[in-house]
Amino acid sequence: MTTPILRVQELKKIFSRSGREGFAAVDGVSFDVGGGECVGLIGESGSGKSTVANLVARLLDPTGGRIYLEGNDVTAADVRAVCRTVQMVFQSPRESFDPRRTLGDGVGESLRNAGQSAAEARAAVAELFEAVGLSPDFASRYPHEVSGGQCQRAAIARAIAIGPKLLICDEATSALDVTVQADIVALLSRLIRARAMACLFICHDLALAQGFCDRLLVMREGKIVEAGAADEVIQSPKTEYTKMLLDSIL
Amino acid sequence: MNGVEELLRYDRVSVGYGSIPVVHDVSFALRAGEILGIVGASGSGKSTLLKAAMGLLGPGGAVSSGELRYKGQNLPDLSEEEMRRISGAELAMIFQDTGASFCPIRTVGAQLYEAVSAHEALSEAEFRETTTALLQKLRLDDAARILESYPFELSGGMMQRVGIAAAMLLNPSVLLADEPTSALDVSAQKRAVEEMLLIRELCHTAIIIVTHNIGVVRRMADRVVVMKEGRVVESGDALDVLERPTQAYTKKLMAAVPKLRRGA
Repeated sequence: MTTPILRVQELKKIFSRSGREGFAAVDGVSFDVGGGECVGLIGESGSGKSTVANLVARLLDPTGGRIYLEGNDVTAADVRAVCRTVQMVFQSPRESFDPRRTLGDGVGESLRNAGQSAAEARAAVAELFEAVGLSPDFASRYPHEVSGGQCQRAAIARAIAIGPKLLICDEATSALDVTVQADIVALLSRLIRARAMACLFICHDLALAQGFCDRLLVMREGKIVEAGAADEVIQSPKTEYTKMLLDSIL
Repeated sequence: MNGVEELLRYDRVSVGYGSIPVVHDVSFALRAGEILGIVGASGSGKSTLLKAAMGLLGPGGAVSSGELRYKGQNLPDLSEEEMRRISGAELAMIFQDTGASFCPIRTVGAQLYEAVSAHEALSEAEFRETTTALLQKLRLDDAARILESYPFELSGGMMQRVGIAAAMLLNPSVLLADEPTSALDVSAQKRAVEEMLLIRELCHTAIIIVTHNIGVVRRMADRVVVMKEGRVVESGDALDVLERPTQAYTKKLMAAVPKLRRGA
């Protein structure tokens, strides 16, 4: 067995409030994601999907459990220690860019932080923009000057800039209309396979998740209630909860 | 036409912000008791059409040509005071995030009472009675808890259902719904859609629903208008447009909708 890129064991996050009982947002979650594999995390709002993502990206500290990246225990690691391995793409691309800086600046920042010169970073940004289907002149535009879909392409370019092993997409296509969504999903799919990245894809559109992901994990109230190959989960769901989700689709 | 009353008619409506045109020459009508879906890409002018009816275009926005008639009167011609009388009472509008349009430091009940009081003189006890009855009719049990809650104490899905119910407090004849289910997960979406269908059934309210969720339109709409870049590309009976689109853009739109493969 090769080591998975991401391994999560018995992960737990309790949000405690003074004087009240703590709330277990993530309650004993375990799964692996391998290179070139896309795993979908689905479930209702509030089921803990984004909290899992934020724990893995080290934006939150877990209350219990372990997180391994390429076999290394990063449970207590600083976010700066894992950001070269894990990158995220969020729901609203415009809000994830600094409005006062150009997209080229925003995408190039991580390269400069990683030690590249300004000229090297500029050249790399041009290549990255091409890889995500944006012409190089987009590098000089500001976030408000481009459409939501174009801005999301730039956010994907930023996420893959320093060659991460794990890409976390937290509702990355939910704010886009269906025609743009189809283009972005095709782009992500191509990049993940070509770069053998692992992908954790958070989404509440089950049809989209089925089309894009190899495996699905269904979350409810902080727990994984069902897991399996995407088609298997959708076509022969084992739990009442998954059936209820599927029957809710309009 | 067939004696069915036309409540709202867009007649060659164009809307611009300053010198920038965003909606061009759009015509369609909403009949009494009908549900009309407007679909199209982001930026195609769907929401602008609803805002134009409500006088909510904002700074620089105006209906530059055409007429937008509600029961015969051209809405852009109405004075602010006449518009205020119609807003909420005859034409009601709901938005994507109801929670965001409530004040976070006052209870839901207090804010709804304030809104209703602007149109009708009624005591708080009368308000509680009619509101509780309406919420129950729309299958929102636990009306007392809802009214006593602060907006953040209700889930996003529940808040959205409360917003839809609140829009019905003055019994408007037209409900304009701008992406009312887009921020919700599938199960909450289904409940919100069922609530709107129930409103049509119980109150005979005509609804325009703007959404990019084709599933929502398929479940709700009698007729559909497809918009692209500020123009109507196709319109007609919902099943015809969604199942047998004639225009290239509508075909592309339908092909892009992710489809669940549930097998046998």
